[in-house]
Amino acid sequence: MAETKTELIARSIFRRNPIALLVLGICSALAVTGQMATAFVMSICVILVTGFSSLIISIVRFQIPNSVRIGIQITVIATLVIMVDQFLKAFYYDLSKQLSIFVGLIITNCIIMGRAEGYAMSNPPIPSFLDGIGNGLGYGFILMTVAFIRELLGFGSIFGMEVMKLTTNGGWYVQNGMLVLPASAFFIIALIIWILRTLDPEQQETD
Amino acid sequence: MAHHFDIIIRSIFLENLPLAFFLGMCTFLAISKQVKTAVGLGSAVLFLQVITVPLNNLLLNHVLEPGAFAWAGFPNVDLRFLGLLTYIAIIAATVQVLEMVLDRYIPVLYNTLGIFLPLLTVNCAILGASLFMVERDYTFTESTAYGFGAGAGFFLAVVALAGIRERLEYANPPAGLRGLGLTFITAGLMAMAFMGLAGF
Repeated sequence: MAETKTELIARSIFRRNPIALLVLGICSALAVTGQMATAFVMSICVILVTGFSSLIISIVRFQIPNSVRIGIQITVIATLVIMVDQFLKAFYYDLSKQLSIFVGLIITNCIIMGRAEGYAMSNPPIPSFLDGIGNGLGYGFILMTVAFIRELLGFGSIFGMEVMKLTTNGGWYVQNGMLVLPASAFFIIALIIWILRTLDPEQQETD
Repeated sequence: MAHHFDIIIRSIFLENLPLAFFLGMCTFLAISKQVKTAVGLGSAVLFLQVITVPLNNLLLNHVLEPGAFAWAGFPNVDLRFLGLLTYIAIIAATVQVLEMVLDRYIPVLYNTLGIFLPLLTVNCAILGASLFMVERDYTFTESTAYGFGAGAGFFLAVVALAGIRERLEYANPPAGLRGLGLTFITAGLMAMAFMGLAGF
């Protein structure tokens, strides 16, 4: 391996961010970013599932017949997600209600499957684990940024705490209605991509 | 019949999976550069939805529901916690079959779809449609109608986006925004337009 362990994690956060560069895992990025608390829990869940699924799949990679690899990868991922889901239901019931189908949809988060197929299947366990964690962090980074912008400007608060008093509560800040709508996440992610690609011209598409 | 027709229309226009619920975004954004490939992807999704949603409905009602094994002497077995695993297993199996069929008969399409064909397994639109089917307690015929509608909605959205993106080839945006960034903005505007159909 030419890359050190820290590089393995760091490159997934900025230079090869799963959302910004590889276009993976967008669905939940749009749907759970209305508030920072849900985005935070979602990020933690995804980091755990990505890391451990990459680890497990990498350990058993020589035992998997190529023709049924997708089924096996999915089974590993689905089992991990059911564990996370049951854990949330048992200990953080309110949060689990708020996230509703999106915890289940972690299974279909393409980042996890993409890393399993694209990295863990051809690399040893430890680098795969770090790669998984790194990609999870890259996902969390974008998720938290989008949620921060949407919650601050849309609801005037951060993590549910009031920062700018809304006019509806007798304050001065007028709610930005567009940022409350899910469609606004598209625009914010587009801006983040624009910034990342301006800073790192290598990522720009030429065609 | 009118009721089923209603489900189809509703799932195509009002509850369009990619544009109203933001499901299936990864493939939606990545395979929409050309109308031709978008049509291929859209048909693959449509085909998958029509098969998997009713199939999962059958499994839910005859295997997972509490009391489904009453005939075998286990009236108290409730397997619903296995739901996620079952739905995804069905979807994964169907994708694998589709992959083999395409590889054998339509290799051109197989090559263009590339890594995104296996990734259809993890397309949230497909699992999402099955989860919505569970949440809304659809019957077998209703879930067939819903599967068709959900697939057709995806088809419509991805082909429309591809059409717009083909035109955008001639535009001259800032370098950092070219490609993905611009696609996001386009999809955002399309999502807002579809919200209009839902009556916002």
